[in-house]
Amino acid sequence: MSEPISALRRARYEGFVTVEEAGLQGMVQIRGDFDSDIFTRAVSDAAGVPMPGQRKALWEGRQGLLWMSPDEVMLLCPYPEADRALARLDSALAGTHHLALNVSDARTLFTLEGTGLREVLAKLAPVDMSPDVFRPGMLRRTRLAQVAAAFWLRSDTRAEVICFRSVAPYMMDLLSTAAATGSEVGLHGD
Amino acid sequence: MLTLKCPYCGITAEETELHAGGEAHLTRYGPDSSDDNFETYLFTRENPKGVHFERWRHSHGCGKWFHAARCTLTMEVFGTYSAQTTKPPQTILDAITAKRPGWSWRDLS
Repeated sequence: MSEPISALRRARYEGFVTVEEAGLQGMVQIRGDFDSDIFTRAVSDAAGVPMPGQRKALWEGRQGLLWMSPDEVMLLCPYPEADRALARLDSALAGTHHLALNVSDARTLFTLEGTGLREVLAKLAPVDMSPDVFRPGMLRRTRLAQVAAAFWLRSDTRAEVICFRSVAPYMMDLLSTAAATGSEVGLHGD
Repeated sequence: MLTLKCPYCGITAEETELHAGGEAHLTRYGPDSSDDNFETYLFTRENPKGVHFERWRHSHGCGKWFHAARCTLTMEVFGTYSAQTTKPPQTILDAITAKRPGWSWRDLS
């Protein structure tokens, strides 16, 4: 078996916000009927956290669930555990209409750290990033410049961004340019 | 810029996050239909100056298709609604009537 390698091998950029490719991250894409108790119970059992509400991210340590659309959630877990989580889901949901796929190697996760991260995201996405509108625990699927992405705030100084692995270098360039020292706009009083 | 509220994820999304899907509420005539019906389905579209009903997809967001009612002249949006319907809900029709008395679109008014 070849050794798994993340898209940018933990590339890091330090500007007024620190951008880092987070390395290998387990991600399982799950679709199904959120109104079905069997489905939601199986998903939260596999993830170890309750089902998130609309546009919310819930996590407990390295486990988590991201609300992606009215019928889709993303399960987060350590990279080596993704296949196990998927197997648990598939057995719990045997006979229930659903779709689950290990997409760990098809997505890339970036972390943004620093007080100016709202500004970095606001430069790239058509999203109101003001602190009273976009709060920690909220998730947004949108575009960052020209590519699709999802991001959520773990806290006011830490955000995580997911994009397709194929656009990881583009995303790194984007985030680094937006986070370059001296390019602060001061929109959110940072 | 056009901003539409996605009825599925509740985001007020601006145009660059969306993809236009053409006219709403078309009847899809298939292989056993008459030539006239099939031609109308393929080629005949409304081209109104005023109230219009369209399909949109929240392509850079939740990925869902939805419907929107808007004015092509002023870009005013009367409302957005679910894709799981073959005609606009009464609340949308009422909102249009309140703002554009006497409007009509196909057989709706």
